[in-house]
Amino acid sequence: MDNFTNILYNMRLLEDLARKDTFIHRIHPLVKFLTTFFYLIVVVSFGKYEIGGLLPLIFYPMLVFLFAELPVKPILKRILFVMPFIMGVGILNPLFDHQIVDFGGIALSRGWITFFSIFIKCGLTVTAGLLLMATTVMERLAAALRILRIPRLFVLQLLLTYRYISVLMEEVARTIRAYSLRAPEHKGIHRSVWGSLTGQLLLRTFDRAQRIYRAMCLRGFTGEYNSWENVPIKFSDLIYLIGWFLFFITVRIYNIPMLIGSFLTGVIK
Amino acid sequence: MSHHKLEVRALNYMYPDGHEAIRNISFSIRHGESVGIIGANGAGKSTLLMLLMGVVFPSHGEVLIGDVQITKKTLPIIRQRLGMVFQDPDDQLFMTTVYDDVAFGPRNYKLSETEVESRVIHALEMVGIAHLEDRAPFKLSGGEKRAAAIASVLSMQPDVLLMDEPTSALDPKSRRRVMGLLRSFEHTKIITSHDMDMVFEICKRIIVIKDGEIAADGNTIEILANPELLEKCGLEVPLSLQNCPVCGTKKGD
Amino acid sequence: MKGLEFKFHPSWVYYFVGELIKMHMADALISPAVGGTMWAVTAGVTAYSIRKIQNDMDDKKIPLMGVMGAFVFAAQMINFSIPGTGSSGHLAGGMLLAILLGPYAGFLTMASILFVQALFFADGGLIAYGANVFNMGFFSCFIAYPLIYKVLTRKGITSKKIFAASMCSAIIGLQMGAFSVVLETLLSGKTELPFGTFVLFMQPIHLAIGVIEGLVTSAVVTYVWKARPEIIEKAANGEALGNISMRKVLSGLAIAVIIVGGALSWFTSTSPDGLEWSMAKTTGKTELEASYRIHNIFSDIQSKTAFLPDYSFKANENEEETMNAEEEAWPAVSVGTSVSGLIGGTMTLALAAFTGFNISMMKRRKKRENVCE
Repeated sequence: MDNFTNILYNMRLLEDLARKDTFIHRIHPLVKFLTTFFYLIVVVSFGKYEIGGLLPLIFYPMLVFLFAELPVKPILKRILFVMPFIMGVGILNPLFDHQIVDFGGIALSRGWITFFSIFIKCGLTVTAGLLLMATTVMERLAAALRILRIPRLFVLQLLLTYRYISVLMEEVARTIRAYSLRAPEHKGIHRSVWGSLTGQLLLRTFDRAQRIYRAMCLRGFTGEYNSWENVPIKFSDLIYLIGWFLFFITVRIYNIPMLIGSFLTGVIK
Repeated sequence: MSHHKLEVRALNYMYPDGHEAIRNISFSIRHGESVGIIGANGAGKSTLLMLLMGVVFPSHGEVLIGDVQITKKTLPIIRQRLGMVFQDPDDQLFMTTVYDDVAFGPRNYKLSETEVESRVIHALEMVGIAHLEDRAPFKLSGGEKRAAAIASVLSMQPDVLLMDEPTSALDPKSRRRVMGLLRSFEHTKIITSHDMDMVFEICKRIIVIKDGEIAADGNTIEILANPELLEKCGLEVPLSLQNCPVCGTKKGD
Repeated sequence: MKGLEFKFHPSWVYYFVGELIKMHMADALISPAVGGTMWAVTAGVTAYSIRKIQNDMDDKKIPLMGVMGAFVFAAQMINFSIPGTGSSGHLAGGMLLAILLGPYAGFLTMASILFVQALFFADGGLIAYGANVFNMGFFSCFIAYPLIYKVLTRKGITSKKIFAASMCSAIIGLQMGAFSVVLETLLSGKTELPFGTFVLFMQPIHLAIGVIEGLVTSAVVTYVWKARPEIIEKAANGEALGNISMRKVLSGLAIAVIIVGGALSWFTSTSPDGLEWSMAKTTGKTELEASYRIHNIFSDIQSKTAFLPDYSFKANENEEETMNAEEEAWPAVSVGTSVSGLIGGTMTLALAAFTGFNISMMKRRKKRENVCE
């Protein structure tokens, strides 16, 4: 049961944050989507031993956090919670790669290097994704997808799935609650009701789909729903996109911390 | 041009399993009337609404909306004139914001976005939730959802409003609000309900359905103050007409 | 040499197992090459599915797909308690979607479920989205469903047939999906886990998951079939086997394999170590021997095809660093450069913190000013 409320809470949190009005929120959704996507590609393209080169990329999520006035704690909590699962097989790297490498006087096993690299990449990618949804409402994201020529059948169906998740979650939660009140010693649902409990929910879903279809038809639906919100692209949106684009490319090409470091050690010498 | 907005002639409907849900129903409704359709569960109210909307077609008989018979061909025209509000607003609010739900109908008519916007604002103001236009449906209370569902139908500017249990599951305040809304609409209204008191206040005319047939059709006061008739049909006199629960005196007429 | 030895904590096994059970791949473990290829493949399959659905256009399918997507999303939270053990299993839903909606609609529905999961929960990354949809949707809808489920139920539907068909298709579908996760992860080269170990964990776990999936799917489909047989019959007839000719499926799969294989071997040059290293481990050859030869070939290809100049490849080659040279982009290990690296890294983070602090201070000041007015 906690699971259901948790998940709904997380979705609603992002939904609510996405409806704020800041400079970042007003940026065209396609621009935000492309920026996020490009950011992810750049992060992921770093080699498995790269740590330093990745660090400047932290500027992107940080600036978005600040300019979109997003609360750090709840989002950070979400990120940290998810990290161990996301890291998955990466967590085991220290186990498998024991080759010791000299790192400026400290000896680290190579497995740990890759571990930290994956750790940082996970943090950056997860944050970027969540920030996209914390600054873009679903219907505008759908508009962005339409601009990318994603067929309207898929986008409409995606919107419907998103819309009805909370309804279905509550229905399933209610059913499970009713079940567990009558079977308190059972941890999950018993084999004997696997079919009927889930099947009932499924049949009710079918009926609901029927009613929704009816409601759509009665309001003139003919399979073609063409009017997505027309958000004009502003000049500032393009500057945003190109600016980050250039920054990400620069970070990818030049290992900036290395440059800073050698410059400073050179100066000291 | 006929005075009758909606005419039902010798309507019959049979389910695939042979059960006769509607048996030889006939009535006509004039422009601007507000009619309550009441009956026990299973009497056929919802099926009747489906027939009126053209969602299902009768086995015999016909339904005419302003002289146009409902057939598969005439459905698009018919559906522009009729607006149906479902019992469960969640089935009707399927977009991600209230605005988009209310705009869905007009957009399907291929109206310009400016025209769509003015219709949406107007419909939202009519039901008093203009401030909720950007709200997601799951964040609405029961009464707000109901209002949004009504708005989503109003934006299509129908002549006739069909409503299935509009006050069910509402708290007293929301119920009052919905009733106020219904009273303010000038459309022709057809309302099915179990809420006898609401029907008593809103509707001038009542049609009682029993076992798929019309058991009574007439003036609200006459029908709803007739306890024998209502008992026979599995119903009750409205609470506001019953004996005073405290001292037992019969309510005056 | 003073070593920084970290103890391995047993609770990490929990996360590791958890990750193995979820088939969602994260962005950090995938390379742009693998991610991009799988995106292309999935996009192709999606476009094809959409076209197929639009042709026999049943408008009704759209709200059905939408609400079924929400249903499967919610149903994945249900704890199905497994008798005998104290644990519970969960439903992935791929087979259920294919059976009830048909392969095309089922695939698209799976894609939207994964989209919501990726965006809102970071369950699977955006770059890895193509791979995830493929692993969790393609095999159940376009391989297991037509080749196993439909074949077993071709001559009429009975509960026995539903059971056998659901079990076989769920198990095999999940096995294929799990295996492709292994391949994609290894070919991305971000993990040190050797192929043998990975497979040895992945396949049996997903065998167990497949059994549960099969049992639950079978139970649900049987229930629905008994309660409202027309739903199952309609779904079965709507997608007659003729619509998905086996030949088309197999040739589509062959093309996908060729594209994936070709692209990946082309790009594997950028991370030779992952594959070789696991090769070495499993074949027992000495690392130096096997990898040196292969490395030369790959580094030739790499220098000719590198699409982003890699600054840190300016390693100074010593003899003892042949080992290091075979790894991609390992910065030179001299004391000088690593110190610069440390200093530079610290400076970068400090700069970020400094900037962030200043901006948030400025914003707070602005807010206060506005309020006072």
